Amino acid sequence: MSKDIVVCQNIFMKYQSADGETEAIKDISFTVKPKEFVSIIGPSGCGKSTLLSIIAGLIKPTRGKVFINGADISENKVNIGYMPQKDSLLPFRTIRQNVFLGLEIQGKKTKENMEYGDMLLKTYGLGDFMNKYPSQLSGGMRQRAALIRTLVIRPEILLLDEAFSALDYQTRLAVSNDIHSIIKKEGKTAVMVTHDISEAVSMSERIIVLTNRPAEIKSIHEPQFDEEYDVPLTRRNHEAFREHFNKVWRDIDVHI
Amino acid sequence: MSIFKPKEQGVSPERALWLKNKKRTDALVLITKIGILAVFLILWEVCANTGIIDSFIMSSPSRIWAVIADLYTSGELFVHIGVTTYEAVMGFLWGTVLGTVIAALLWLSPFLCRVLEPYLVVLGSLPKIALGPIFIVWIGAGTKAIIVITITISLIVTIMEVLNGFMSTDEDKIKLVRTFGGNKYHIFTKVVLPSNFRTIISSLKISVSMSWVGVIVGEFLVSRAGLGYLIVYGSQVFQLDLVMANVFILGLLATFMYLFIVWIESILFKNQNE
Ligand SMILES: Nc1ncnc2c1ncn2[C@@H]1O[C@H](COP(=O)(O)OP(=O)(O)OP(=O)(O)O)[C@@H](O)[C@H]1O
Ligand SMILES: [Mg+2]
Repeated sequence: MSKDIVVCQNIFMKYQSADGETEAIKDISFTVKPKEFVSIIGPSGCGKSTLLSIIAGLIKPTRGKVFINGADISENKVNIGYMPQKDSLLPFRTIRQNVFLGLEIQGKKTKENMEYGDMLLKTYGLGDFMNKYPSQLSGGMRQRAALIRTLVIRPEILLLDEAFSALDYQTRLAVSNDIHSIIKKEGKTAVMVTHDISEAVSMSERIIVLTNRPAEIKSIHEPQFDEEYDVPLTRRNHEAFREHFNKVWRDIDVHI
Repeated sequence: MSIFKPKEQGVSPERALWLKNKKRTDALVLITKIGILAVFLILWEVCANTGIIDSFIMSSPSRIWAVIADLYTSGELFVHIGVTTYEAVMGFLWGTVLGTVIAALLWLSPFLCRVLEPYLVVLGSLPKIALGPIFIVWIGAGTKAIIVITITISLIVTIMEVLNGFMSTDEDKIKLVRTFGGNKYHIFTKVVLPSNFRTIISSLKISVSMSWVGVIVGEFLVSRAGLGYLIVYGSQVFQLDLVMANVFILGLLATFMYLFIVWIESILFKNQNE
């Protein structure tokens, strides 16, 4: 068990509010291995974001425990990299200042870490845009900047909550390919929430399908592709893609 | 357009026509603007001189001009302008600073916010000018009281505006700070406050015009100097020229101040259109 980077044990979540109780998650357990890319997919409103927020330690589950690298997150501060749906770059900061946001908050804005940030920006094609403002960049570049902002704090895992859904379809294909390759190159572990089946199939080693709310695990898929196809854009062209897609599709409760 | 720039090349005939039309309308608008003012002033002057209207009560452009020139040569003009401007600027700056600080406290403590809400509503609805006499008794008849009246007028609106801005800060950005392990202090200084500079500036735009109301009312009530004082004094001694001259100067001052803030806004936010 110590080999797993993320361990979720019997997570339950009930939201309380003035108009009543909402049961969002019911007994979810799973693990993630180092450097694995896991997608969580499920019908809308089923509790995906809730699950991710629990793993990130932003909200406490009603019951259950989450361990990251063996440490119980309710007792230890863990360093996670969270990528929200919109890039959430701050418009009043330059790209470089945006990348340093996490370092500033964590009091780690050292020369070494800043150089690491600059290096990431240069490596991933944002060298010339460091001192520009977010509004001066394209959607894809902004998403890349948002990823670098989470990488620079050297997180133990990356959590992506529908990180590409704000982009138009074409950009989305390219950006998901781009982000996937950066994550792989940097050797990071990632958990991604999405409701796009083809996105999940093209990017992940493992796909966890959730039921309608309250979310439970319905099934787990491990799409396999030949070595040379193992990049999101080329996976989409592989003949096995359709088959994996259909398997996941069958497990998702859709109602029109 | 610079003369060194080659004449727009490859402009389609349709575009050329459109540009020509636009130029013509622009010119027409400008001419009409100036024309209205000129006609108004000339009519006023002529009517006053020929006795169609009573220039003792209605004054006239030349008489107003003479009053301003008099005030200028006696050195009084800038003293009065200075006093009034000082009071207005102090009033709206303090109103904005205090309003922002109070809004920040209310944002930090949702409990306090809920507790104070009814009080804010009552104070917000109250015509603040009614408090003027009270402040004068408490603080004394002078500049201080006028500044306090001015602050009260813009304070509640500023609190409401800015608090509203703080509350509607993008949740995703707040969440982002939390994922980095940030606390409320980080959320406020890194995201909430800087995201709302625009709100604060635009509440400044509102409070700048309200602060003139506060200053003039304050000066009506107590003062011994300032444009409001001259207006009241002028009406008491039945010198309408003096009254009109000061209203005119007041109009110019208030416009300049407003444009100044618009200018600051434009340089502050040059780079960041979301
Ligand atoms: N703070 C909250 N208080 C009360 N109920 C909440 C809260 N946050 C979420 N919920 C409810 O919990 C359920 C799951 O929400 P969640 O956002 O996790 O779903 P999701 O799968 O991410 O949805 P989507 O596909 O729309 O992103 C929803 O019914 C939602 O209304
Ligand atoms: Mg969601």
